[in-house]
Amino acid sequence: MTPLLQVSNIAKFYGHRIGCTDVSFDLYPGEVMGIVGESGSGKSTLLNCLAGHLTPDTGAVRFDTRTDGLRDTVTMSEPERRMLSRTDWAFVHQHARDGLRMNVSAGGNVGERLMAVGARHYGDIRATATDWLGRVEISEDRIDDRPTAFSGGMQQRLQIARNLVTGPRLVFMDEPTGGLDVSVQARLLDLLRGLVREMNLSAIIVTHDLAVVRLLADRLMVMKDGHVVETGLTDQVLDDPQHGYTQLLVSSVLQV
Amino acid sequence: MIRNTGTPNFLFPLSCRFKLMISVENVSKSFTLHNQGAAVIPVMRGASLQVARGECVALVGASGAGKSTLMRMIYGNYLAAAGRIMIGDVDVAVAQPRDILQLRRYTLGYVSQFLRVVPRVPTVAVVAEPLLATGTPRDAALARAEVLLDRLNIPQRLWSLSPTTFSGGEQQRVNIARGFAYDYPALLLDEPTASLDGTNREVVMSMIEQAKARGAAIIGIFHDEAARARVCDREIDVTGFTPKAAA
Amino acid sequence: MTDYNFAYLDEQTKRMIRRAILKGLAIPGYQVPFASREMPMPYGWGTGGVQVSAAVLTPDDVFKVIDQGADDTTNAVSIRRFFQKTAGVAVTEATTEASVIQTRHRIPEEALREDQIIVYQVPIPEPLRFLEPSEVETRKMHSLEEYGLMHVKLYEDISQHGAIATSYAYPVKVEGRYVMDPSPIPKFDNPKLEMAGIQLFGAGREQRIYALPPYTKVVSLDFDDFPFEATKADHACDLCGADDSYLDELIVDDAGGRMFMCSDTDYCGKRRKDGHVGAQGVPYQEDAA
Repeated sequence: MTPLLQVSNIAKFYGHRIGCTDVSFDLYPGEVMGIVGESGSGKSTLLNCLAGHLTPDTGAVRFDTRTDGLRDTVTMSEPERRMLSRTDWAFVHQHARDGLRMNVSAGGNVGERLMAVGARHYGDIRATATDWLGRVEISEDRIDDRPTAFSGGMQQRLQIARNLVTGPRLVFMDEPTGGLDVSVQARLLDLLRGLVREMNLSAIIVTHDLAVVRLLADRLMVMKDGHVVETGLTDQVLDDPQHGYTQLLVSSVLQV
Repeated sequence: MIRNTGTPNFLFPLSCRFKLMISVENVSKSFTLHNQGAAVIPVMRGASLQVARGECVALVGASGAGKSTLMRMIYGNYLAAAGRIMIGDVDVAVAQPRDILQLRRYTLGYVSQFLRVVPRVPTVAVVAEPLLATGTPRDAALARAEVLLDRLNIPQRLWSLSPTTFSGGEQQRVNIARGFAYDYPALLLDEPTASLDGTNREVVMSMIEQAKARGAAIIGIFHDEAARARVCDREIDVTGFTPKAAA
Repeated sequence: MTDYNFAYLDEQTKRMIRRAILKGLAIPGYQVPFASREMPMPYGWGTGGVQVSAAVLTPDDVFKVIDQGADDTTNAVSIRRFFQKTAGVAVTEATTEASVIQTRHRIPEEALREDQIIVYQVPIPEPLRFLEPSEVETRKMHSLEEYGLMHVKLYEDISQHGAIATSYAYPVKVEGRYVMDPSPIPKFDNPKLEMAGIQLFGAGREQRIYALPPYTKVVSLDFDDFPFEATKADHACDLCGADDSYLDELIVDDAGGRMFMCSDTDYCGKRRKDGHVGAQGVPYQEDAA
C-alpha cells in the first residue's frame, strides 16, 4: 500500500538553533500520528513544515495526490499547495479564532470551503452546512450566528466542521483540545475519534498532553530539542518507553 | 464523505489458514531505567508457547513472574528484545506499527485488567467501538453491544452513562463486553473473572467456551483455579522464563 | 490655459497612466497599480477618474461628465470646467455626442459605441476588501483565483435578508478570470458592462487602474438558485414616462409625497424633447438659462 504521506529528512533551522531536524516517517490512510514534546521541542515547527506553513531547510514531504500520485509538497508551486490545503488537507488550529472567520456566520464558515471549490447552489450549500453542524453537535438553529456568540468548545467544533466539509484525507491538528475546559475536551476527543474512523482520515496531532495522545493517536513520536527521540505505537511508547526522556515524560504525568 | 471499511478479504483466509494461531518463540525482555542510573532489569528469557485454533492456554506463575508482561508483548504493547511472536503470519516483535494496528483491529483482541476510555462516552458506545472500527453499521453495532451488556448483567439504565463511575466489577464486565464484541480469531484475556461474582463468572466462562468453539485461539491469565480448570486446555508456567530461575 | 500642460498633467505622467491603462486592457479586470498624482481636488472627489481622463483626452475629443447620472451637479460641473480650462476640449451633455465620458456611479442609459470611452470614478477598487482587510492576502487571492470568500459574502446576504442584498458595486467576474468591483454603479447597470465602448476605471486614493476592452464578458456573481436580477424601482419616470431607466426618488413634501425621475438627465431630457410625458411631467419647453 502507498503511504498517504512520506516525510523524509525534514529539518528547519533558525540560524544555529535547531527548530527540528532529521524527521522521517510514513503515514498510511486511517492512521493517527501524535507528536508530543514539551515547549521548545520543535513539534509545532515540525507540524508547520509538514502542513506547508513553513518551508523546511531540507527534506521532502510527499503526499499521495488523487491525480498525480506521490508529489513533494515542499517543492510544489504555491497555487497547487493552497489548492491542496483547501481540498485534501485540513488544519485545525489551537485557537479557533485562527481557523475561523469571526465575522461570518457559522453556516458561511462551513460553506466557505465548498464555495471555494466551486459550489454554486445556495440551498445545497446550506443543507451541507446544516448536516455538518449536526455532526459536530452544534444545534441547527445556530447556523446563522457568528462564532463570537459561541463558547470555546463550540468554536472548536465549528472549526472542525469547517475543515472536514470537503472530505480531506489528512488533518493537521495543533493542540486541538488545548485551552478548552476539561469537561469539553472529552466530548471533542470522542468526536474526533468518530470522525477519523468514519471518514478514514489520517491525522497528525501535536500536543503536550499525553492523555489526549493516548486516546486519539495510533502512533506516537516523542520530540526533544528538535530531535525525534522515540517513535512507535502509542500504547507501546507510553507503557514501555525505551528512551530516557520518554521515561521521564511518562513518569512525570500527574495521576488524577 | 463517509467510507465504511469492511473486513478486508485478505484477512479471512488468514484465520482459516493457520492451525497454529499464536506462536511465541524464544522471546526475551529487559527494562532499562535510564533515570535511575541506567539500571537494567531482565524480566524474561527464552519464552516459548504455541496456541492452536480452538485452544485456550493459561499463563500461570507467582505474582510478578511475568504473566502480564508476556501477554503485553504478544499484543505489541511491550517491545520484545529478542525472539519471534507470530500471530498468524505477522511477527509482532518486528512488525511495522500499521501492521500491528491492522492485527489489533481484525485479528487479535485484548481484555486487560483496566478499563481505559474517553470520559463521558456512553457505555454502549464503548462496547460497540470494535465493531464500528471494523465497518459494522452503527445500528447493528449498538444492538450487538446491548446484547452483550445484557448478557453480562449490566442494567439497561447504565447503558447511556459513562463507565468511569461504575464499580470495579461493572467496569470489568464492560471491558469484557468490549473485548468480545468482535469475533477475533485470537484473544488475550488478563484476569477476566477477577472482581466478578458467581453468576457473572459463569457468564464469562460460557462466553470463553463459545469463542473456543468458533475457533478462537485464547491465552488467559486466571487467578481463580476453578475457572482455569474449566476453560483452559493447558497451562504454561512463566516462572520457567524468568532469567533468575534459568541462571 | 497656457499656464497648464494639456489636461493639467505633464506628459511623463500621462505616459505612465497610459501604460497602466494598456496593461489593464490587456488583462481585463486586473487592478494595475499606478503612481497617483496630487490633483487640485481632494481624494474621494474623483481624482482617479480625472487622471485617467486627462491621460486619454486629445484636443479633438468631446467630453461629458455625469455624477449619479446628472450633468448638472456641482461635481460634474466642476470637473467639466476643469477640463475646459486645462484642455480646451469641447463639452456636451448629450451622451451620443461625447467621445469621452467621465462618470461617477452610473452608466448612461443609451448604449455606447465602439468610438466612445467611459471613465469610471472608483472609491475602493478591491471587491474583497471588506471581507479580507489584508492587501497582501487579497492580491494572493486574485493571483490564485481564490474567490470563495466572495460567494461567502453573497451567502451571508441571503441568510440574513433572504436575497442578495448588494444593490450597488455588485461584484462581477470578468472573462471567467478576475473578480472586479464595477465601482458603485447600481446593480441595474451591471448588464451594461458588456458594451461596445472602452471602459476605464480609476481609483486615485487607492492608486489603481483597471479596464474592460470592448465586448468583454462580464458576469455578475450569483448562486444557481438565487440568480442575479438587475432590479430598479417598480415605477416609471414621472417626467418622461420611461419604464426602462434607473430612477431617482425625490421626496416632494412633508406628507410623504414623492416622485421618481430618470437618474440619467440627458436620457430624460431627450425623451421629453421627443414628446414623451410622464405622470407628473409637463410638456417639454426650452429650459430657462
